[in-house]
Amino acid sequence: MNKADTAVKGKPGGTVAGVREFWGGVGFVERNFALVKRYAGWEAVFVAYGAVNSIIIGLIGKATGDARLVLYLIIGSILWVFLSSLFHEVSESVAWEHWEGTLELTFMAPIKRLTMLLGTSAYAVIYGLARSLIILLAMLVFFNINLAGANLPAASAVLLVSSISFLGLGIAAAVLPILSRERGPQATHIFQALILLVSGVYYPIDVLPVWLRPISVVSPATYALRSIRACLLDGAGFREVKGDILILAVFSVVSVPVGFLIFWAGESWAKRKGKIKIEG
Amino acid sequence: MIVRDGYELDEQETGSAISSEESPDVDATVNGRDERRNVETKTMDNLALRASGVVKRFEIQDGNRNRKGLRRLWPFYKRETFEALSDVNVEVRAGEIYGIIGMNGSGKSTFIRVISTLLFPDEGTVEVFGVDVVKNPDEVRRMINRVSVDAAFFRSLSAKENLRYSARLHGLSPRDARKRYKEILTRIGFDHNRVSDQVKSLSRGMKQKVAVSRALMSTPRLLLLDEPTTGLDPRSKRDVQQFLHKMRDEEGTTIVITTHDMEEAERICDRIAIIHDGRIVAEGTAAELIEIARNGRGEPTLEKVFFKFTGEEWDEYE
Repeated sequence: MNKADTAVKGKPGGTVAGVREFWGGVGFVERNFALVKRYAGWEAVFVAYGAVNSIIIGLIGKATGDARLVLYLIIGSILWVFLSSLFHEVSESVAWEHWEGTLELTFMAPIKRLTMLLGTSAYAVIYGLARSLIILLAMLVFFNINLAGANLPAASAVLLVSSISFLGLGIAAAVLPILSRERGPQATHIFQALILLVSGVYYPIDVLPVWLRPISVVSPATYALRSIRACLLDGAGFREVKGDILILAVFSVVSVPVGFLIFWAGESWAKRKGKIKIEG
Repeated sequence: MIVRDGYELDEQETGSAISSEESPDVDATVNGRDERRNVETKTMDNLALRASGVVKRFEIQDGNRNRKGLRRLWPFYKRETFEALSDVNVEVRAGEIYGIIGMNGSGKSTFIRVISTLLFPDEGTVEVFGVDVVKNPDEVRRMINRVSVDAAFFRSLSAKENLRYSARLHGLSPRDARKRYKEILTRIGFDHNRVSDQVKSLSRGMKQKVAVSRALMSTPRLLLLDEPTTGLDPRSKRDVQQFLHKMRDEEGTTIVITTHDMEEAERICDRIAIIHDGRIVAEGTAAELIEIARNGRGEPTLEKVFFKFTGEEWDEYE
C-alpha cells in the first residue's frame, strides 16, 4: 500500500469524518475573516456608513421629541443590521466565490454541503453580531438609551430563533448565483429590499398600503421586530411574545431544511447543466 | 493481443488500444477495444479510474435569445445540444501517469470535471477506485484533488492563507496544516519568503506551484491536472514535471494530466489518450502510438501522431 492509499485511513487525508467536517466548517469562518482583514479599510467604511445611517434615523426620531420613537427606531435599525447581515453574508457566499473563481475548488472539497453552509452561517452570526455591536456603541454616543424596563432574556430568545429563520432564507438564496451568475445576486438584493420594506423595520406595518400588507405576514422579520420591541420597550416576557416565538420557530424549522433542499436541487441542476464551471 | 495495421500490441503489458473510427489510416476496431477491456477487467483489480461510455451534452448557447423569444419558455421546447464527450471509455491503473492530449474544446476539461464530481455525465459511469462519482461524490472527493489551467485563488489572500483554507477543507488541524504546507512548498521549490504575499502579486509559475501544493495538501490518491504547465516558463514547467514524477514514485499517486504539450506528454506519461471532438481516438504509450503512426513512413513524432489521429492540420490547430 502506497502513501496515498495509507492517507485515506490515516492523517492527513484520512481524518475522522467528524473532525474533518469540524475543521472544514472552521475553514469558512477563518477564510472569511481573513478576507475581512484584507479589506479592513472597506469594512471600516461600510460599518461607519451603516452607523451614520442608523444615527440619522435615530436623530429623525429625536427631532419629534418622542423618546419612545427614538428607541423604536434604534431597535429597528440595529436589528435590521443584524438580520440583514445574516441573510446577506450567507446568500452572497456563493456569489463571492463565483467572482473569485474558487467555487469549483470549494465544491470539490471533501466536506458535506451542510458543513459549508453551516460554516458560512457561523461566520455570518459572528460578523453580524460584531457589526451590530459596533453600530450600537456608536449610537450610544448620540442617544441616551434607557433599557431599564426591558426584558432582555425574552428579547434574546426572539433574536436567536429569528436568526435561524434568516439563515434558512439565506441558504435558499445562496444557490441563486449558481443558477444565474448576474441575475442571482440581483434577485437576492431585491428580496432583501422587499423584506426591509414590508417588515416594519422603521414604521408599523399598518402604514403600508393595504395590498402590500399580506406580504409582511410571510416575513420572519415582522414577528422578530414586533416581539423584540415588545420585550425592550414594554418589558414583555415569554408569555406575551410566545405567539411570535412560535411563528418564528416554525419559520426556522421550515426554512433551514427547505433552504438546504433548494440549495441541493440547485446544485444538482447546475451539475447537470455545467453551470458551476467558472473558467478553464 | 491486438493487431493494428500490421503491428502486434501486447495488451496485457501495455494496456494500449486504438479506436479507429476517427483514424482512417489505422486498421483498429471498436471490437478490439472491447477485447482489451475484457482482458484488463480480468487481470487488473487496482484501477484508479474507470470511465465507461461517458456522454456529456451541453445546450448550444445561442447568444441571440430574442430570435427564439418566448418559445424557449415552452416546457417541451427542444433545445439544441452538442456532445462534449461521446462514449468515452478510459481505464487508468493505480500509480499510473495517464495523459490526455487534445485541442482546445476537445473535451479534456469536461472529462476532468466529470471525474471531479463537478459535472454529472448524461450517460455512462465514472468510478474512482471503484466508487461511482455520481452516487458517492463525497467519498470520491476524499480521494482526489485537481489543479486547473488557470488555478483560482482568493487573490487578495496570501499563498499561506489559501493553503490554510484548503487544508481546513480537507480536515487538517492548524498544526498539521502548517507542517504539511511547509513540507510541500519546500519540495516543490517555492520561495518561502513569498508565502505571506498576496497571490495576485505572484508570478504565474509561482501561482501554479501554489496550486499544485494546494492539491497535495490532502495526499490525493488520484490527482487530476488540467493543463498544469500551460503558460509556464521552461524552468517552472520542469520543476512541476519533476515533482509529479516524485509524487508518483514516492507517494504512489495516480495522475491524470491533460495537456497540449506533446513533448510533455511523451516525457512524463506512462500512457496517453488522444481526445478529439469528445472522443478518445487513440490510446497507448507514446512509443506505441508513434510506432503505429510510423507505418513504414519515416520517423513520426508524437505531434505528428496527434494530427494523424485527429485528422487535423497544423493550420487548423494554430
